[in-house]
Amino acid sequence: MANADCIVLQGGNMAEAHPVGFQWVAEAKARGAKVIHVDPRFTRTSAVADKHVAIRAGSDVALLGALINHVLSNELWFKDYVVAYTNAATLVGEDFQDTEDLGGLFSGFDPETGTYDSSSWAYAHAHPDEHQPHQGGAPGDALGSGGPPLQHAEVERDETLQHPRTVFQILKRHYSRYTPEMVQEVCGISPADFDYLARAVTENSGRERTTCFAYATGWTQHTLGAQFIRTAAVLQLLLGNVGRPGGGIMALRGHASIQGSTDIPTLFNLLPGYLPMPMAGNHDNLQDYLASVGTKQQKGFWANSDSYFVSLMKAYFGDAATAENDWYFDRLPRMTGAHGTYETAMSMLADEVEGYFVLGQNPAVGSANGKLQREGMRHLKWMVVRDLSLIESATWWKDSPEVESGEVRTEDIETEVFFMPAATHVEKAGSFTQTQRMLQWRHQAVQPPGQCQSEMDFFFELGRRIRGLVAASDDERDRPLLDMTWDYPVDDEGNPDPESVLREINGYRTTDTGERELLSSYTELAADGSTSSGCWIYTGVFADDQNKAARRTPHGGPGVSQSQWGWAWPSDRRILYNRASADPDGKPWSDRKKYVWWDESEQKWVGDDVPDFPVDRAPHSRPDPAVGGPAALAGDDPFIMQSDGKGWLFAPKGLVDGPLPTHYEAQESPVRNGLYPQQQSPARLIYPRQDNLSAPSAGTPGAGIYPFVFTTYRLTEHHTAGGMSRWLPYLSELQPEMFCEVSPQLAAERGLVNEGWATIVSPRAVIEARVLVTERMKPLTVGGRIVHQVGLPYHWGVGNHALVTGDSANDLIGVTLDPNVQIQESKVASCDVIAGRRPRGRAADALLASYNERAGVTVHTDNQRVTDVREEDVDDE
Amino acid sequence: MSSQAAQSVTNYARGASHQFSGPTDPAADAHWPSGQVRKGFFTDTSICIGCKACEVACKEWNHNPRDGDLELTGWSYDNTQSLGASTWRHVAFIEQDRERIEQARESGRKLVDLGMPAVRPSGSSSGEGRAAYRDQDVTPPDTPEFRWLMASDVCKHCTHAGCLDVCPTGALFRTEFGSVVVQDDVCNGCGTCVAGCPFGVIERRSDGTAAPTTRSGEKKGEQPDVPKRGVAQKCTLCYDRLVDGETPACAKTCPTTSIKFGDHPDLVETARDRVHQLHEEGLTEARLYGANELDGVGGTGAMFLLLDEPETYGLPPDPRVPTADLPVMFRRAGLAAAGMLAGAAVAFLGGGR
Repeated sequence: MANADCIVLQGGNMAEAHPVGFQWVAEAKARGAKVIHVDPRFTRTSAVADKHVAIRAGSDVALLGALINHVLSNELWFKDYVVAYTNAATLVGEDFQDTEDLGGLFSGFDPETGTYDSSSWAYAHAHPDEHQPHQGGAPGDALGSGGPPLQHAEVERDETLQHPRTVFQILKRHYSRYTPEMVQEVCGISPADFDYLARAVTENSGRERTTCFAYATGWTQHTLGAQFIRTAAVLQLLLGNVGRPGGGIMALRGHASIQGSTDIPTLFNLLPGYLPMPMAGNHDNLQDYLASVGTKQQKGFWANSDSYFVSLMKAYFGDAATAENDWYFDRLPRMTGAHGTYETAMSMLADEVEGYFVLGQNPAVGSANGKLQREGMRHLKWMVVRDLSLIESATWWKDSPEVESGEVRTEDIETEVFFMPAATHVEKAGSFTQTQRMLQWRHQAVQPPGQCQSEMDFFFELGRRIRGLVAASDDERDRPLLDMTWDYPVDDEGNPDPESVLREINGYRTTDTGERELLSSYTELAADGSTSSGCWIYTGVFADDQNKAARRTPHGGPGVSQSQWGWAWPSDRRILYNRASADPDGKPWSDRKKYVWWDESEQKWVGDDVPDFPVDRAPHSRPDPAVGGPAALAGDDPFIMQSDGKGWLFAPKGLVDGPLPTHYEAQESPVRNGLYPQQQSPARLIYPRQDNLSAPSAGTPGAGIYPFVFTTYRLTEHHTAGGMSRWLPYLSELQPEMFCEVSPQLAAERGLVNEGWATIVSPRAVIEARVLVTERMKPLTVGGRIVHQVGLPYHWGVGNHALVTGDSANDLIGVTLDPNVQIQESKVASCDVIAGRRPRGRAADALLASYNERAGVTVHTDNQRVTDVREEDVDDE
Repeated sequence: MSSQAAQSVTNYARGASHQFSGPTDPAADAHWPSGQVRKGFFTDTSICIGCKACEVACKEWNHNPRDGDLELTGWSYDNTQSLGASTWRHVAFIEQDRERIEQARESGRKLVDLGMPAVRPSGSSSGEGRAAYRDQDVTPPDTPEFRWLMASDVCKHCTHAGCLDVCPTGALFRTEFGSVVVQDDVCNGCGTCVAGCPFGVIERRSDGTAAPTTRSGEKKGEQPDVPKRGVAQKCTLCYDRLVDGETPACAKTCPTTSIKFGDHPDLVETARDRVHQLHEEGLTEARLYGANELDGVGGTGAMFLLLDEPETYGLPPDPRVPTADLPVMFRRAGLAAAGMLAGAAVAFLGGGR
């Protein structure tokens, strides 16, 4: 980011939530970069930005779509880059219909199931005579990061971009109504502010300059969060800001190793290295599974997914994984549907879940619809909480809001709760993987006190004991437990050596003599069982038996890529897709932005980083696409993980809610969709339940009862749900109480007083908070009316153990999810605010009931898939 | 002033080489052998992100107890409110509207017109770096509708330190780094220094500010035993770290280099370059605080770049060490005494008539 000429921070609050990473923004600014913060609130990030643009929460696609339209209609796109490196010239099939044709839906939507059949979004076939098998829509949780495979890489292209079915022309038409006027109507952003943003971004893009975007949960936590990010990706590809220094879209990850927890995932639908978890019905044998990850006929490195998968199985099961048993594939667990955290909570309520491990999270406070979470836990037989302190998820059975209100009595709760004290980050060694995909090794500073244990020690011991219990079993279902490799070298206390785990993840080749040679790159992995790797993208971190994550040369050494600090996956590349930093001839786009280029004399790619490309593939090399895999990549196919080697402006597959980002309103919104009759994202995941009601959106009866938009967020001073901060005096004193932030106008309207109390009501809960009246909150004029936004940090929870406690903002939020990734919409919802403290006990329930009655809320409210086309909409057309 | 204190001041006053005002090297003035360059802070508030890591790092390193009652103040994001016995770094949060911003820019412009602070041709590498990337545009940017100022305050480690000069026990001393430090095993808690500080920085750690409190119906955390009760406390410029060649905890932890630590002369240079750079960008509201050795405390060891008048940040506009006038006062007292003696003599002589 330090290399950027312009930084747009949107969907995140980097200075507050990522203050350490913000040093790079500060450095870019010191070098002259322009920094713009687009956010509903004026935050500490806005305070040090060149400009803050206030936006209505949840309307980001409309703004970014208008930037795309601006770039396209004013000929500001980076032509050489776009034509060569993106799929702009690729033709889409004749069956595709856009949202412009179908009132906000794409072709292929089934209103019964709420899902798309994406086959009509496919690329046009270069050889229409050949049989193209029908491919239905796969659920978003059934795909790894590579998205679905292509049958082959032979696509039809029109490099003049004139054919009406080129991605470029489809894009132009799709965003033609995303205008500055529409931005004002939908986002509440003035044309002058839009102009400022558009100028800043376009003037700082091109050969000589680069712009980068950075986002966090302000983009992800929406019913169309994945599409927010896609919109930025389309814009950045059009401006040529991907794969170049100072470009890109930075995903600001939350905790120290949240990136690591998706690489080696804690997610239900992924195996390490973004391989999908097998799904019952779709992946009944290894061949089907591998074909769904990447075919041998497609371009790029996903074609080698068999090597990655077989090596993973060898790491898991060692000698028990053989060619004869399909490398143990048949014994892997299968998904039968979505098993995300919210589905799991609902399964608890249906008494389908007996036990629950809570590690590094505090769902009683930190998950949406807290009441539903706590009720789910009351249905469990047992649960284990591992944490530093007695967090609310460990003590809900005696001090939750429901116990306080008298709704539940402790003596009626049958769940057995085990608390296991955890070691802190200074009490254990291991690696953290941060936002830049960089692994950094952390040495142990002190021994954990008392019985506190690291996760690694705990799970190693748990595995050891469980294996001991089934050691004599001949039950087939115990075989995987017994076949699992669980042979780490241990220290005097019986705890495994953390570096031995990183070696296993790195992977090795077993030689003919049985020796283990550590591998140095994922390209060395094989599908014949001779190699093992716990996570293919991490291969090389322990090359030459050196822990490269532990490298700590000050400033990362002399080079611009700071390559002597830590180790970045894959293969220590600091910028992904960096072949795009050179032009189609392999020359740097400009001297100022040179990074990786083709050296004619050496006949290879060289530069400041590890080239993210077959190192000897000449720029003008045009292999036959039919050969498939990395060998099929042309010299101008920088996007080596995409099945056609190009950056996807239009996603022919892989997204379940549309091939192009489209503006929809949130599940709950006080505003009608200004662009389409369709109000919400039709493919969002809805949960119509009595314990998960929604506030009526604009245009439906009862819409004014919950008139305000609220958004939730973090403060610098606290850890998410407070587990690492509300027990610490030095942090607690800095932000001691739950508060809400309101504009002076809203305060006047509702009689709210600074330092006083407010009660906030949503269809799910009633909470209270102290009031901060501030001009940092600005009412916006949207669709001809004033929209007030209320800010709510979510760090506090009700309990008796923390130094500071308070009502939880997450209790207000309902469960409606993005269908691609199952994330909840917690950045925008509807509420009412009244002055004073909330009623206590059953009176709070009565207040909530009266609100929902007045609003006429039922389980059907906001839960239609396809918005009824209203009279006036018909008249308009 | 106690007789002991008066004695102490008198002793200082008699010391021929101790200077009570004006430019000087405070360590040399305190008879440290030469060789150690004065250390200090330069806090550039224009790049502060208000993360308060300095407050936390300071408390962690110095084992200072929690302050206050764990209640929201309603002062923007400032819940520790001021420097005190247990809070040695304090981040102020000030929300301002357009009118106030324009006033700040105008008052800063007047300072520039007066030639203060010294505006010199930019020779800094950062200035050149900027010039290379963008055109020389010196028109002021649009005045924003709103801004949020954040500033980390700290003990100023004055060239002429009121706290030190009035301390009757010798508990406060001038270090070889030019900073001012309390020896808490010598301090008797008399509190003279509290009145002696023109910035209101030093404070006695009393039971009242640090004791745990409870509000009805809500559990508040218990505070472990508060150390060093009744003793005057303030920032030491991390004296215990400096003697080991380490950077003070606050500067070490600051993620944006808003808090810079180093040799005082270099920091003055950096500060002047920075204010010059901001002026070039049209941000005439930028000004330095504490960098003028002709001010009432002889300049400070901890300097600041502010974006409004000092009062906005709770800083005195024209700090003056209370002992600055001591020599004059002594002379006047001497003249008065002589006058009285003369009068008495005259009366005596007259009476004898």
